[in-house]
Amino acid sequence: MIEGRTGSFEIVIGLEVHAQVISRAKLFSGAATRFGAEPNTEVSPIDAAFPGMLPVLNKFCVEQAVKTGLALEAEINLESVFERKNYFYPDLPPGYQISQYQNPIVGGGRIILDMPDGSSRAIRITRLHLEQDAGKSLHDQDPRLTFVDLNRAGVALMEIVSEPDLRSAEEVGIYLRKLRAILRALGTSNGNMEEGSMRCDANVSVRRPGAALGTRTEIKNVNSIRFLMQAVDYEARRQIEVVEDGGRVLQETRLFDSARGTTRPMRSKEEAHDYRYFPDPDLVPLVLDREWVEELKRSLPELPDAKKARFVKNYGLSSSDAAFLAGDGASAAYFEATAQGREAKTAANWVMVELLGALNRKGLGIAGSPVSAESLGRLIDLVSEGTISGRIAKEVFAEMIETGADPGSIVKEKGLFQVSDAGVIEEAVDAVLRRETDKVAQYRSGREKLFGYFVGQVMRATEGRANPALVNELLRKKLAG
Amino acid sequence: MSSLTALTLAEARAGLERKEFSARELTEAFLAAMAKARPLNLFITETPERALQMAQACDERRRRGAPLPLDGIPIAVKDLFCTKGILTTAASRILEGFTPSYESTVTEKLWQSGAVLLGKTNCDEFAMGSSTTTSHFGPTLSAWRRAGDNRPLVAGGSSGGSAAAIAAHAALGAIGTDTGGSIRQPASFCGVVGIKPSYGRCSRWGVVAFASSLDHPGPLAKTVRDAAILLSAMAGHDPKDSTSAPLPVADFEAALTGEIKGLKIGIPAEYRVPDMPAEIDALWQSGIAWLSEAGAEAVEISLPMTRYALPAYYIIAPAEASSNLARYDGVRFGLRVEGGSVDEMYELTRAAGFGAEVRRRVLIGTYVLSAGYYEAYYLKAQRVRALVARDFAKAFEKVDLILTPTAPSPAFAVGEKSDDPIAMYLNDVFTVTADLAGLPAISVPAGLSAEGLPLGLQLIGRAFAEETVFRAAEVLEAAAGFHHAPAFLASGEP
Amino acid sequence: MALDKTALRRVALLARIRVEEGELEALAGELSQILAWVEELNEVETEGVAPMASPAVSRLPLREDKVTDGDCREAMLLNAPKTTRGFFVVPKVVE
Repeated sequence: MIEGRTGSFEIVIGLEVHAQVISRAKLFSGAATRFGAEPNTEVSPIDAAFPGMLPVLNKFCVEQAVKTGLALEAEINLESVFERKNYFYPDLPPGYQISQYQNPIVGGGRIILDMPDGSSRAIRITRLHLEQDAGKSLHDQDPRLTFVDLNRAGVALMEIVSEPDLRSAEEVGIYLRKLRAILRALGTSNGNMEEGSMRCDANVSVRRPGAALGTRTEIKNVNSIRFLMQAVDYEARRQIEVVEDGGRVLQETRLFDSARGTTRPMRSKEEAHDYRYFPDPDLVPLVLDREWVEELKRSLPELPDAKKARFVKNYGLSSSDAAFLAGDGASAAYFEATAQGREAKTAANWVMVELLGALNRKGLGIAGSPVSAESLGRLIDLVSEGTISGRIAKEVFAEMIETGADPGSIVKEKGLFQVSDAGVIEEAVDAVLRRETDKVAQYRSGREKLFGYFVGQVMRATEGRANPALVNELLRKKLAG
Repeated sequence: MSSLTALTLAEARAGLERKEFSARELTEAFLAAMAKARPLNLFITETPERALQMAQACDERRRRGAPLPLDGIPIAVKDLFCTKGILTTAASRILEGFTPSYESTVTEKLWQSGAVLLGKTNCDEFAMGSSTTTSHFGPTLSAWRRAGDNRPLVAGGSSGGSAAAIAAHAALGAIGTDTGGSIRQPASFCGVVGIKPSYGRCSRWGVVAFASSLDHPGPLAKTVRDAAILLSAMAGHDPKDSTSAPLPVADFEAALTGEIKGLKIGIPAEYRVPDMPAEIDALWQSGIAWLSEAGAEAVEISLPMTRYALPAYYIIAPAEASSNLARYDGVRFGLRVEGGSVDEMYELTRAAGFGAEVRRRVLIGTYVLSAGYYEAYYLKAQRVRALVARDFAKAFEKVDLILTPTAPSPAFAVGEKSDDPIAMYLNDVFTVTADLAGLPAISVPAGLSAEGLPLGLQLIGRAFAEETVFRAAEVLEAAAGFHHAPAFLASGEP
Repeated sequence: MALDKTALRRVALLARIRVEEGELEALAGELSQILAWVEELNEVETEGVAPMASPAVSRLPLREDKVTDGDCREAMLLNAPKTTRGFFVVPKVVE
């Protein structure tokens, strides 16, 4: 819900995600799919639509699409049809894109959103189909010319279309992260929006609660999840304003301007589009064996939802912590390695709060972490064995993240062992109580909040190394006395 | 050497085997004949140097005692087949200067069999036409003339250059493509044999596409045997063409046993169209008699959808063409007319690059696929196509082959039907059905019209039953005894 | 259904073929005649008949995921009317 001047509005969003399929060769040609090659070096005469060239379908791309469909709990259509979507554009050499229209390879499925409050919500997937990517047009190399590179032309894409079930920019973000996690878990797409291996168009409309669907606009040209959330928010507010001003929302395609954070209508002529889909006569319907599909189903890796459930069940994590960790394959694996033979919740906290926080500040991914899961595990062990206190552990961790050093060595080198010698701690407690006579008096007259202050003073006096349990015990005894 | 060009392909093959002449001598004879036939405008590109090189290689192989099946046989190739390093135009201005970096599967197979390339023959632009008059390079003229009338006649089309080249003895064999009748109708007009094999028999890879679900590469030749020899070399499964049939290819020449006793020949009542000249009907009756005398049994059949095949074709073929020809946009190859914007460049390039008939079909095709018309035109036509195929399937439960005239008329004069597209389209009324259904169909020269022009009869077979088609066609050919020479040759062999 | 000048303009735009204003009338007439002729198909009862897209007999073949093509930029650019630094070049496209 968004509040307008005249009441609240509901945002209705459907997403069309284009995910580049991971494969060696293109969907219909034997040219390579490597990212970042010299312009037009990964182009076959088929991709460049030379006269007489014909498409032959890549089996692995079909497998990738079916696996993705299965992971979305979707219906796999054993017969699907490739059609031509006809339009002219310089980076679309044949003047048509081979896509699927009436009979896609994957039908209805769903994605479960893990909401921040720990609840979940299912978003319906309308379909998933296979199609070819276009080449790249470079408009910024020359004031009067557009340069065309066909390396990407013909690379396989999965278009994953959701029903208009999303209700906020936040849900859009959760949906895309979840979808990306699934694709990555499967190894069917990198799902990287910044690199363009995943692209997303959003259909956005607004309505008064309970009213019929409003006119939607389609937002294109967004290259990060954050920008898409921003674009959806902007677009919804813009539409609400239009409606509240008594205007009508026009059905149109709008481009997101990331510099301004706004959307604007596309300048090219929309009315010139009539895609004239028809079955590609160079291809016959794709028929899959049920047995082959079943085999793929059996070979699927553990997916984020199953992983989350296992993390809750086996490790006793909260639903939201489990969802968070299961949502990223690398984090999940790191967590599991860290939690091996240790208290799982403690391990989860270390991974989610300390490790990911520190990596985030350094702009690193988990793969680039200077601290290995084994190393973090040993640090946790040092705390649980009582060798160091939790507070010291954070200091040690800060050192580890900088140098990658082993926690044991850091503790040894810096002499950070926890002091559990009651005599030494008692000395420190006595010293603090002698010094802070005023506060001791206040405490004894009822200001029990001061207890924490005394703990802090003792810890400071022992450079944080005092065993906190012993400090508490001694302080309580002496203050009572 | 003057008689070398008069040989059939099988005779030339035997002469080469017996070393009566070399491949080089044979090729030189044809290059000379081509030069003499230039007034007929048979070729868009002649490739004499390539031909002599290839012939030389053939002779060397033969000297080593390792000849290939077609070693030294000079053939002409419709300019719709992409040939590596050789100009390929589809007879269109829009492919001006286009030199492919690849070789079509069919031509590659022919070269692998030792055939020699004489040149690329003229055809209707993008194979759209029935007269080889829509070519950007001007019309091909037939080697034939009406008795007592010197007006130039069309060679038929779209593979008119290929058919006329054989008739003019400027090639020993030729290859063409048949989408609505483009091999059989020019074969009929020029008094030569032409077969459109089953859909999927010959690869479409490297053939400039007109209508993908209808395009059939196939051979044209002087005799049924020659056509069988060529088809054996051209046919076969091609993993690069997803619609290629994964079936083994028989030795079609071996099927020519002369034995057709007991074959049932269907005679479809619906092919007796209202305006058909009596002489064509009479020839058809002769054909029935010839086959019956050889032991086959004529059976009346009904193909009720026949008259709807042509209108269905003129929706489906333009629809596919409108999409297949979208790649001619001035960006990567061929003609480009600069414009202020990319769309203007497209529009000017395509307006200048396509001739009137291609433009007509691309526009019709675009229209029938566009929103609101797809169901009424395109899907309707595809349903009728299914009914046409169903007609044949039913008929082939009762008969082995179907005999019909190839075309409703003999060749007409250049310019005669050019202002009425529909009159031109009606040329394909008997041939288009086999294209829609993907069935093998051959045209055999069977007689002359009253004006002295060749007329062909067509035999249609079950899918992939080319052997039966060839066998009966040879019997028909022998019975018809067509040995007439066109005016061009009567004026003196080279 | 007759194709009028307005419809023809739209079709020509979709097909990206410039048809000069002076040609529209005649061409629309010609195409309308062809359309009127193909509309004979409406006489045919096709209820329940599945459309036939192709006579092809095989199942759609699938190829292995191997790099077997590409890496031939020179051949790709050889026939191009205009190239720069390995790119195809067209007049600027405005989005």
